[in-house]
Amino acid sequence: MTRDRSRARSAGRQRDGAAVAAPSRARPRASRRVERWRAQAAAWGFILPVVAYLVAFYAYPLYRNIDLSIRTYTVASFVSGDAPYSGFANYSHILRNPTFSPALVNTAVFTLVSIAFQFAIGLALAVFFYRRFRLSGLLRALFLIPWLLPLLVSASTWSWMLNSDSGIVNSFLQAIGVGPIDWLTSPHWSLVAVLIANIWIGIPFNLVIMYSGLQSLSTDVFEAAAIDGANGWQRFWRITFPLLRPVSAITLLLGLIYTLKVFDIIWIMTRGGPATSSTTLAIWSYQLGFGSLLPDFSSASAVGNVLIIIAVVFALIYIRARPRLEAL
Amino acid sequence: MTVQITPRASAALLALTALTALAACSSSSATSASTPGSTGGASAAAASGGTYTFWDPYPQYNASSAWWQLVASCGTKAGVTIKHTADDTSALVTKALLAGQQGTSPNILLVDNPVVSTLATAGILTTTAQNGLSTGAIAPNILSAGVLNGNTYGVPIGANTLALYYNPTILKAAGVSPSSITSWASLTAALAKVKAIGKKGITFSGINTEEGSFQFLPWFWGAGGNLTNIGSSQATAALTLWTTWIKDGYAPNSVIQDTQTTSWQEFQTGDFAFSENGTWQKAGAAAMGAQVIQIPAENGGAAPVPTGGEFFTIPVQKDTASYATSAKIVECLSSTSNIVTTDNTLNYIAPTKDAQQAQLSASPSLSSWVSAVGVAKARTGDNLGVKYPVISQQMWIAVQKAESGAATPADALQAAQSAAAAKLGQ
Repeated sequence: MTRDRSRARSAGRQRDGAAVAAPSRARPRASRRVERWRAQAAAWGFILPVVAYLVAFYAYPLYRNIDLSIRTYTVASFVSGDAPYSGFANYSHILRNPTFSPALVNTAVFTLVSIAFQFAIGLALAVFFYRRFRLSGLLRALFLIPWLLPLLVSASTWSWMLNSDSGIVNSFLQAIGVGPIDWLTSPHWSLVAVLIANIWIGIPFNLVIMYSGLQSLSTDVFEAAAIDGANGWQRFWRITFPLLRPVSAITLLLGLIYTLKVFDIIWIMTRGGPATSSTTLAIWSYQLGFGSLLPDFSSASAVGNVLIIIAVVFALIYIRARPRLEAL
Repeated sequence: MTVQITPRASAALLALTALTALAACSSSSATSASTPGSTGGASAAAASGGTYTFWDPYPQYNASSAWWQLVASCGTKAGVTIKHTADDTSALVTKALLAGQQGTSPNILLVDNPVVSTLATAGILTTTAQNGLSTGAIAPNILSAGVLNGNTYGVPIGANTLALYYNPTILKAAGVSPSSITSWASLTAALAKVKAIGKKGITFSGINTEEGSFQFLPWFWGAGGNLTNIGSSQATAALTLWTTWIKDGYAPNSVIQDTQTTSWQEFQTGDFAFSENGTWQKAGAAAMGAQVIQIPAENGGAAPVPTGGEFFTIPVQKDTASYATSAKIVECLSSTSNIVTTDNTLNYIAPTKDAQQAQLSASPSLSSWVSAVGVAKARTGDNLGVKYPVISQQMWIAVQKAESGAATPADALQAAQSAAAAKLGQ
């Protein structure tokens, strides 16, 4: 191509006789490289603020966290900074710790059951509110209250309501003939108690996002289905739910990553007790680092990193599944 | 689609490996800051004038309170201005450790007594040999929390401890005489009589935090237990006492999650005969007409009770000349007249005999508290030091397991002892 052009150009010069200012060959490779380098530098200059921010607030804390977990820090070495490198010793210690498997199981149960109920109830409410009726706006606003309350308020109120001797839930249960349940103080019920509180708090988030997802669906499909004779349940299960898949996926992912880290509710209600019955990985990490008089930062950051890895795995699953969802 | 994932995944993996390698290979001086005091922060000042920093765990006071004005006046007497900061007590430990790491420790640090040995082991506190504080007049049992390996790292501001508050109305109705409660058997019998008249027995705090351990210790020590072996038969006897009370309905189920504050609120409802609580509730007790007896040991006598209360410490500074001024300020704050005023405000018992006499002459009702402090023991005493937090954590886990029925007291405590021994041995 270039060769043809240069031949044509030299041919042109000979034909016209006029001085054609075209170069006899293509632009020199040096200046092309310089131009490309300048373009690259400009590009880097533009994204430099973002990169600096990411390095300072994402990469550096992550590096410090990994550093804390691969060295063995005592209070003395934390202050003087000369903790010995210990490789994966901290990780193998926490994996062999008897609290690890209850914490992992509790985290899995807590996260999956929370999300299942939060999503189902949130979606049901969103479908309920989809058809506007009088006072639906006010009711929807009231449903948002659990999300708006500070977690300390919600958790404390639930603790009082679930108190074994003087809580309102137990007096209601006794009134209908079921015996009182030790919600917060029995190893069998403590996880159920924090699950109930967490589900109550998480419903509004799902409600809001699914409601806006429903609004974005076009009504043509529903009209067509109604003409074809689909009943309510079929319309929901075969049209609404599949069309909502992208929105559902992101809601579930956000809910999952948030629920993995839930700390305040469990800490205020049961502090992870009794024994380890409501201890999740987040609670355990806090207990190791700040829950006793002698902080053990190495183990706490190792547990925290395990939690990060679990969250990253789910995020990768979502990224992999997203094209299939949006292809609908 | 798979082709799209792989470069992304490999990039992420590369970044993670790079971070790990960087962390592993970085030398110690690169990871965190320098040795304590070497950057000599804003706290170092010449002895003649300048600003000295003072950290305490009393966020309930502010600049207009008598406590802050006392600190400021002691500073002025020593010729310096005081920059005073108050924090929550558990946050203060982390803050002190971080400050030590960065070399910005305060000149004077007032900190809860069980963490004094932790901070001393971290190397951020000076000994009395270095800073010149005198400790002669202080009762040795109160001072022992600040002693580690023969060195004293601070002086106490005062001590508080636990005792058994009782509701005289309920005891009278149940036909129980407070002076008859001298052992565990007599206490349990009294609880049975109280339950027989339809009232509730005793409330305490059995939560899975340091408060739970604090409340368990009088019974543990009262059975003859020693913190070096929390799996002993004496420990099991103490824990069995608590679990039997819960099972028989003498103590409510909520003790498993009660803090000392919430258990005191239960007592204030007027339905409970007894409450195990501390000196800091004496004003509330006086308001409701409750009185105090000492916690009984298993077979008679008063059980040793754990000391609460903070210590004045002088952290390591770059400018060692500042220690003399800091010591002058601490001595001003702990002089007999000043410490009596302070301890009366904070609801502490003073750490020296003279100051205790002054408190007693002003308020004779303190005599039971002065006796309680007289038999008190430091939790980190007997050179337990930094071993105490590890043992305490296992102990409160065992107590919770037994209280909630997840394990028998013997099994729970033996598991706790092996866990503590394993953690301390590693």
